[in-house]
Amino acid sequence: MTSSQTAFLQARGLTREFRGFYAVKDLDLDIRAGQVHALIGPNGAGKTTVFNLLTRVLDCTEGQIRFDGEDITRMATHRVARLGLVRSFQISSVFPALSVLENIRVALQRPNGLGMTWWRSRSALDRLDERAHALLLDVQLGDFAHSRAGDLPYGRKRALEIATTLALEPRMLLLDEPMAGMGTEDVVHVTELVRRVARSRTVLMVEHNLKAVAELSDRITVLARGEKLAEGTYDEIRADAEVRRAYLGGTAHA
Amino acid sequence: MLRSHVLPVLALLVLLCIAPLVFYPIFLIKLLCFALFAAAFHLLLGYVGLLSFGHAAFFGTGAYMCAQALARWNLAPELALLFAVAVSAALGAVIGFLAVRRQGIYFAMITLALGQMVYFIYLQAPFTGGEDGIRGITPGHFLGVVDLSNPLALYFTVLAVTTLAFALVWRIVQSPFGMILEAIRENEPRAISLGYNPTLYKLAAFTFSAALAGLAGGLKAMSFQIATLVDVTWQMSGEVVLMTLVGGIGTFLGPVVGAFIIGGLEQYLAQSALPAPVILGAAFILCVMLFRKGVAGTAKSLLQNRAPKRSTPDNPETQATNRIVK
Ligand SMILES: Nc1ncnc2c1ncn2[C@@H]1O[C@H](COP(=O)(O)OP(=O)(O)O)[C@@H](O)[C@H]1O
Ligand SMILES: [Mg+2]
Repeated sequence: MTSSQTAFLQARGLTREFRGFYAVKDLDLDIRAGQVHALIGPNGAGKTTVFNLLTRVLDCTEGQIRFDGEDITRMATHRVARLGLVRSFQISSVFPALSVLENIRVALQRPNGLGMTWWRSRSALDRLDERAHALLLDVQLGDFAHSRAGDLPYGRKRALEIATTLALEPRMLLLDEPMAGMGTEDVVHVTELVRRVARSRTVLMVEHNLKAVAELSDRITVLARGEKLAEGTYDEIRADAEVRRAYLGGTAHA
Repeated sequence: MLRSHVLPVLALLVLLCIAPLVFYPIFLIKLLCFALFAAAFHLLLGYVGLLSFGHAAFFGTGAYMCAQALARWNLAPELALLFAVAVSAALGAVIGFLAVRRQGIYFAMITLALGQMVYFIYLQAPFTGGEDGIRGITPGHFLGVVDLSNPLALYFTVLAVTTLAFALVWRIVQSPFGMILEAIRENEPRAISLGYNPTLYKLAAFTFSAALAGLAGGLKAMSFQIATLVDVTWQMSGEVVLMTLVGGIGTFLGPVVGAFIIGGLEQYLAQSALPAPVILGAAFILCVMLFRKGVAGTAKSLLQNRAPKRSTPDNPETQATNRIVK
């Protein structure tokens, strides 16, 4: 069990260097179980790189990562996902030639023991459809089940990606700018969805929409040039003079 | 998906059943073996997006193992074929293990290199008979009843085995496993983030492909009663690439069409005074320029354009083609 004292996801001295350039430098992160934690900062601050390090898409140059007490610093990428640490991508990432329903099915196949089944027809996947449709309804994609995923408008692709991620019933969700490029109406939907999802899960979220961040987050970390600038609740962060200078004050990217 | 294939497949089967009235059975057998070889290769290229340049290693291994089992161990033909499949699959697992982690051109290069290594092993190994090959094969009775010394019986046996093998390919690509292969080809990082290990899936597909290529080689050795180095050369690896590209990537029957066109052309050119490699090369260039989706792919989209269709801009066929062209 994870007590409220120890972090569910913990990073120590996380560092990533690209040919002499430090995209992330000596970063400590503690994300507590059940919380919504936001990671904010100007473009190029290193937020996506942090996600890539935490989900083992990139190797860290230095540092250590623990998830639910387990050291995952050198774990294979797909194994991290199987542990229940699942992400969405900043650039929406779907299987374009597959239908919306098939996208969800793919996510459901492995947990249901249907990944390696080569001797049966695809109708063996029909039993996943009930769950898949429920997930699609959750993100208002019920009417699009048979559309080609690549043909969806941007906002709906994002919604599909979130539904696909949720299909794995992750214990912890990493969302990279889930609301980017969405209209106001979709932002309200996704905010509501994340709120609902977060009731039973831990969420780490990169988001430029500060209204959504304010509404959802328990805790916020501000990143600038790969380093931690500040950390605290929304009100604490807003009061921080340094943050205002670096980020909130000037031309805030919303 | 299934329905759109039923008619062409049935038509093809009927044609193949009456073809011996017009063509020599042994010529048709050659076409069938090439078609199966191309289908095995296409399982990788079309459905996983991996271009292997060393597939003759498996075709040749199938041929040598079948010949060895028939000529020296006097195994029944069905057992000799099974042996050929098993050894080819094992070799496929080893070569696949070394290759599937590489992408694009590096995958092609490593398969070419390993394929050449296999060639040199067979060139040196005493049992292959070097330049002479393994001769003196008597195919015997298939399943104890079908006398394979009768050309027609041999042809229909090969047709039956090939049809079963094609049904297996269809099952694999249309299975839940095939769905994940598609997903990996479409977006590998996303598949990994959903907990899939692409290496494992690619290795499984590679092994399947090697096993089927081995079956094709085994059938050829059994029918022609000889196994030689020709079947393991890099030219043979190149030929299967050629057949598949001419037929069309991403179309189930594409490899069959390609194998029939190239096999037929070769047969025709061998009897004429024309320079075969030049004509084949020109035919290939023409096909690639005129039909970007291959002959079968182009025919399919022509047919679909008349009927209401679904999507075009980046369907798997064009995507696969683009990947090769890039
Ligand atoms: N694979 C890479 N190779 C080189 N530089 C990279 C790579 N990925 C990210 N960077 C650099 O690291 C910095 C942080 O990028 P990123 O993490 O995407 O920022 P953010 O998500 O906060 O906008 C940028 O300057 C970017 O150019
Ligand atoms: Mg980013």
